[in-house]
Amino acid sequence: MRALLFGGIPARGWTLLLGSALALLLLPLVASDYLLTVLILIFYFAFVGQAWNIMTGFAGQLSLGHALYVGLGAYAASALYVHFGIGPWIGMLAAVVLSALVGAALGFLAFRFGVGGVYFAILTIAFAEFARIGFDHLSWVGGSSGLFLPVAQFSRNELWHLRGHPLMFYYLMLALAALALIVCRGLLRSRLGFYWQAIREDEPAARALGIDTFRCKMIAVVISAAMTSVGGVVFAFYYNNLFPEQVFSIARSIEIILGPFIGGVGTLIGPIAGAFLITGVSEGLIELLTGVGLAVPGAKQVFYGICLLAVIVLMPNGVWPPLAAALGLKRGKPRR
Amino acid sequence: MPLDIYLNVIVSGVLTGLVYGLMALGLSVIFGVIRVVNFAHGEMMAVAMYIAVVLFSSFGLDPLLMMVPIAIVLFAFGYLLQARLINLFIDRPEHTQFMLLVAVAIIIVNTLLMIFGPDAQSVQTSYAYDSFQVGPLIVDATKAYAGIAAVAVSAALFAFFRFAPIGQAIRACADNHTGALVVGLNVNRLYALTFGIGAACVGAAGAMIVLFIDVTPALGPAYTLLAFVIVITGGLGSMPGALLGGVLIGVTEAVAGLLFSPSAKSMFSFALLVLVLLFRPQGLLGTAQR
Repeated sequence: MRALLFGGIPARGWTLLLGSALALLLLPLVASDYLLTVLILIFYFAFVGQAWNIMTGFAGQLSLGHALYVGLGAYAASALYVHFGIGPWIGMLAAVVLSALVGAALGFLAFRFGVGGVYFAILTIAFAEFARIGFDHLSWVGGSSGLFLPVAQFSRNELWHLRGHPLMFYYLMLALAALALIVCRGLLRSRLGFYWQAIREDEPAARALGIDTFRCKMIAVVISAAMTSVGGVVFAFYYNNLFPEQVFSIARSIEIILGPFIGGVGTLIGPIAGAFLITGVSEGLIELLTGVGLAVPGAKQVFYGICLLAVIVLMPNGVWPPLAAALGLKRGKPRR
Repeated sequence: MPLDIYLNVIVSGVLTGLVYGLMALGLSVIFGVIRVVNFAHGEMMAVAMYIAVVLFSSFGLDPLLMMVPIAIVLFAFGYLLQARLINLFIDRPEHTQFMLLVAVAIIIVNTLLMIFGPDAQSVQTSYAYDSFQVGPLIVDATKAYAGIAAVAVSAALFAFFRFAPIGQAIRACADNHTGALVVGLNVNRLYALTFGIGAACVGAAGAMIVLFIDVTPALGPAYTLLAFVIVITGGLGSMPGALLGGVLIGVTEAVAGLLFSPSAKSMFSFALLVLVLLFRPQGLLGTAQR
């Protein structure tokens, strides 16, 4: 197990990993509240990006509807908290189960009926849109007028109820992002991970080798959905409000995949590097635009679009593979 | 409810559906020939609608008359997009092409948001509230004009692909990419033409639909999804399928809006999409080849 999770990292890699981990752990000592909130957002995108990467980057099943699992997780845990006073950690179990079931249903329908490629991607969008409109009309969770959690007191930190200062969320999201990295590394280097990569590269060939492709793809979708919903739970308790129009919107699904896409689809550090780049730079840009009085709605998204376009045209494998090579971490040829 | 309400709603759904069909026809032509899914389709439609709104509010030009100029503008946009950008990505993996168009879509929709703001804008023509009485039916004039125009444009397109030499050359590219190269067709140029034609369909459809639907930037992604639903229902790459799918979705939405709530209507289109994907993934009129 230890060899699986932590083996094969070059010495320079350990230095960089532990160095950045230490820096991030100590950062709140000097960082402003604003910087903390930006970093929370970055860790969140790194976490859900990592979860998305399992399904698309590892197993090759393009999902454009991951906001579905964020939303399901967020709504499940929040509704249990608001209606029954059940805490987020127990609610998280319900969220994970619900998302895993929905993911399994989607995967089962798609893979059993041979829905692949572009059609699969559109099916994921259709599921998310279906949920968005459905939740809009579900009055138990507030419908289109939204679901609100009682506002947190910044004076005390209650980890059990996830009520408290952004600092608590900072460490929580950091821990989740780190955990996701470790889990994904373990998955990618496991037998299942190699099966996934075989399916991604050439599915008929993988099946010919005796890999149960249906089962492997199902596992990928279920793990990815379950993990994403954990991010959704924390997201809900951090922002304290949920609107179907926002949570399930296709723009959110796209936001989730920007990080891994820019960092490098199918790589382990890609989602993290991408999250830092896209969120960090765009927040900086917003600051700049606000400073010169040019902040208009849409400016940030146009910037996202241009970044995405630039990366696809100039660095088709994402920024991490060349960056890793430059840092001297590269072994073997880049994953696609 | 009396029967003629249903009849009225269905006729209105068919007319709207014809315009939807024309929009989806553009997507279907692009996919059928280039095998690229135009994720910016609805966004291009929103651009056409905004052009129509600006032309109407600034110069008082009727959107139906401006249909051809708007289609030409969109044609140029689509031609350049394919020639300068997408042609470089023809051999790339599917998801890379997909994300390329996603990026274009994000840029278009948010540029519209920056220019026009989030509020809905509309065109108020002198005949906006006219209607025709046909027996028990009352048909909105705007929808009738739009539906007729959509049929006319679609017919022209069918004729183009059937009889015009360039249209036949484009069909040759779709049938056999290598074969088209061997007989000396300039495939890249034909691809650009095809994308331009698909974009022109959207442009014309946008000029029609703006007569009875207010435009907001958020319409872009919504119409992209709608176009996907329609072409997958009808059969991706099938031209009659796109029109049939458009009419089917138009009627489904209209009836669902009547029986349930108008805001829930697209749920029924998505349910229809899921059913079609599961039981007839090639679409109603598509040919099985995947």
